[in-house]
Amino acid sequence: MIILVADTDNIYLTFCSQQKVFRNYDPALRTQEKAVEYTRALNAAKLEKIFAKPFIGAMDGHIDAISCMAKNPNYLKAIFSGSMDGDIRLWDIAARKTVCQFPGHQGAVRGLATSTDGDLLVSCGVDCTVRMWKVPMLKMVDTNDAIGDASQPSAIYTWKHAFWGVDHQWDGNLFATVGAQVDVWDQNRSEPVSSFEWGKDTVLSVRFNPGEPDVLITSASDRSITLYDLRMSSPARKLIMKTRCNSICWNPREPMNFTAANEDTNCYSFDARKLDEARVVHKGHVSAVMDIDYSPTGREFVTGSYDRTIRIFQYNGDHSREIYHTKRMQRVFCVKYTYDGTYLVSGSDDTNLRLWKSKASEQLGVLLPRERRKQEYLDAVKERYKHLPEVKRIVRHRHLPKPIYKAANLRRTIIEAENRKEERRRAHRAPGSMPEQPFRKRRIIKEIE
Amino acid sequence: MPTERGYLEPEGLEKTYRFQQDSIVQEVDILSSRKAFDMILPLLGPYTIGYTKNGRYMLVGGRKGHLAMMDMLNMELIKEFQVRETVRDVAFLHNEQLFAVAQKKYAYIYDRDGKEIHCIKEHGKSLKLQFLEKHFLLASINSFGQLHYQDISTGEMVANIRTGLGRTDVMRVNPYNAVIGLGHAGGKVTMWKPTCVKPLVTMLCHHGPVTAIAFDRSGHLMATAGVDRKIKLWDLRKYEVINSYAARAESLDFSQKGLLACSNGSQLEIFRDTGGQDYKIYMKHRMVKGYQVGTVLFRPYEDILGIGHSMGLSSILVPGSGEPNFDTFVENPIETSKQRREKEVQSLLSKLQPETIMLNPNMIATVRPSRKKEKKTKKEIEDEVEDVVEAAKNTEMKKKTKGRSKASKRAKKREEEVLKAKRQLMEQYKESDGRPEKKQRVSDEVELPKALQRFAKSRQ
Repeated sequence: MIILVADTDNIYLTFCSQQKVFRNYDPALRTQEKAVEYTRALNAAKLEKIFAKPFIGAMDGHIDAISCMAKNPNYLKAIFSGSMDGDIRLWDIAARKTVCQFPGHQGAVRGLATSTDGDLLVSCGVDCTVRMWKVPMLKMVDTNDAIGDASQPSAIYTWKHAFWGVDHQWDGNLFATVGAQVDVWDQNRSEPVSSFEWGKDTVLSVRFNPGEPDVLITSASDRSITLYDLRMSSPARKLIMKTRCNSICWNPREPMNFTAANEDTNCYSFDARKLDEARVVHKGHVSAVMDIDYSPTGREFVTGSYDRTIRIFQYNGDHSREIYHTKRMQRVFCVKYTYDGTYLVSGSDDTNLRLWKSKASEQLGVLLPRERRKQEYLDAVKERYKHLPEVKRIVRHRHLPKPIYKAANLRRTIIEAENRKEERRRAHRAPGSMPEQPFRKRRIIKEIE
Repeated sequence: MPTERGYLEPEGLEKTYRFQQDSIVQEVDILSSRKAFDMILPLLGPYTIGYTKNGRYMLVGGRKGHLAMMDMLNMELIKEFQVRETVRDVAFLHNEQLFAVAQKKYAYIYDRDGKEIHCIKEHGKSLKLQFLEKHFLLASINSFGQLHYQDISTGEMVANIRTGLGRTDVMRVNPYNAVIGLGHAGGKVTMWKPTCVKPLVTMLCHHGPVTAIAFDRSGHLMATAGVDRKIKLWDLRKYEVINSYAARAESLDFSQKGLLACSNGSQLEIFRDTGGQDYKIYMKHRMVKGYQVGTVLFRPYEDILGIGHSMGLSSILVPGSGEPNFDTFVENPIETSKQRREKEVQSLLSKLQPETIMLNPNMIATVRPSRKKEKKTKKEIEDEVEDVVEAAKNTEMKKKTKGRSKASKRAKKREEEVLKAKRQLMEQYKESDGRPEKKQRVSDEVELPKALQRFAKSRQ
């Protein structure tokens, strides 16, 4: 006969203090795995809520409401902000202090933009001037002796009308300002290179496409969104909606898509090639959405609204993933995602810039590999069981300030009542005489070539 | 994998069950041969044994109150003491630091040093103890046939179920789904979970009392033995007999690799699956004639079978019974104290709630199957109403004479018919206004005459 008895004694002889890890991935060794995973998902959801502390700090210094912000991909720590009294500041986000000030504007600063290489800052305001500034980025390295320095503009261009927004071309020398019309400037010329106009209304905001450097999009107060191509002599396409768009942002990873922040509290994502229907309608805010910015991953975006909250949406999600609010934060006029996707900066009516975490329960700083793996496991297990009622209840729960909560309930009642009436009207008519229109199309009036 | 499974292979015309333990012990290496031993403890009664989940520590309880805990890796005695009371069953809790003992009147929990930590009076005169590790539940069956589940980490009594089937001391936990299987005197085997007062499954297994029950680790095999001299192997998915053997068994156990050990008097038989759930005899072991084997338990992660009998305990080598490769993060026979503490904390953090015990543990997070009776959609209901109304309108009215068939009266009668038909249907398809339906509770008292109402059984 041949006998072998499983010889496990070799393993038991350990000569070193470090324990060897043996793995056997046989599922028969692990019973009730799903129940264990579900329990871990539930605990992970609860822990996430415990550690959700998104607010990092406020940057204090402006003496009037903040109207616009700008960021640059080359310098992660820097952010520019312009206020309603003409004060422009360069902030160091890590220290939460002003590095440099750029005084000069006589009225509100309506737009700020940085050139792609980071050396130039363009600002425009209601005093009909466009100012170009050289950015002292070396001062960012050692912020101790650079606080509160004032800088001189390298050029001031005066033009005929007040400006409402500015954006710099990606990888180019052109920048566009908007006000009564769309003007395209060259950095070195004191007059616009070309001007576009479609209709007699004020154009409110402008954005250059990150993928196609010659394409730009503007939103105007006649409730329209217009696409321009600099290689053509006239505007390309116009989309008229029922309410005005306050701000537009291109998706940096899918440059043919853009999302517009609208006055009717929704954000509409469009494909620039097919403007007759919105791709997604992002609902959530209870008051006008003032500003929108995409994360550098292109997977989510942040919106700041007149209802004193900031919401983070998935790029294809119709409801917000996260909502941030503070008692001290008043009407949010501008929001920006930092270029590493970890933080948000919001500028609001109460003269402060606020720094938030993009993922509220994320542990910042360097994580040990074991910590990181554990966190990834918990995220994965939460993702797997997030549809189950107990876990969903915890993951979805957000505390809302009372006015927002009540306003949201009121909106819901109104919308439900409208829907009900619509249904009844349809039920009492001949079938087919009242076509159903998807919500994505409902807020669009028409598209014009 | 570092180690491979053990085996006992016959050459030529040899049969595996002809090999005696002494010849096996002679052939294997010295470390393995030392694992087979015989401990003669004649004075203190039949012994029951228990192993920790990682197979390292063994707990031994003699009927006359002798308790001892041994570290099987180093073959040293950790603690030995006398409780001076009848000891019916012993069970380790989540690790070797705590163990539970079913004593004469109550169940006790002791520390590793033999200190009495708790005296749990609620369990009563418990006959068998089983521990559900993932849920931290100590289950016991007592002499009244009551099943108690107690959460060891919080101390809360989770369930106290009156089985209603009399005294039984055949209890086993199914490691696959944490369901407790009880064998009863009528030949029934019932399966229980803490959140349900009725058994999940009741099976009639034998033509007489059930003497032993064992569950396979994979969760779809159950072995039962009865006084009718049969050992039956059941498939737990179809609840049907796979195989039936003519043999007696006082205790049964499945090993990690699917070997089945049956003990009968002083004889032991071990069966092995030869493909297709066909269990054939693999090894036999005969002890000294007067020894009555009480408990057989396979030691996890080792090729060893522990036997508790009336004159002490033994352990025999059974090649191929244990899982040769352990996983450090599941059960670790060579844990340091730091690893043990870490594991305790982790298992407490992911402690399962008693509600997660179910017959099919993979049902969690699946979609609930749709209701058999499909609710009719609104359109269908409307169509049906229309049809009924049409039918009612077209009913033939009796022709009345002598001026009784006035047009207005006929019209009124027709309207009444339509309303009657509609009303019947509307009651059927009454629309709920979003609130859950109020269950009409039928009370027994209403049906009984007044004199007998005090005998009405109140609903649990």
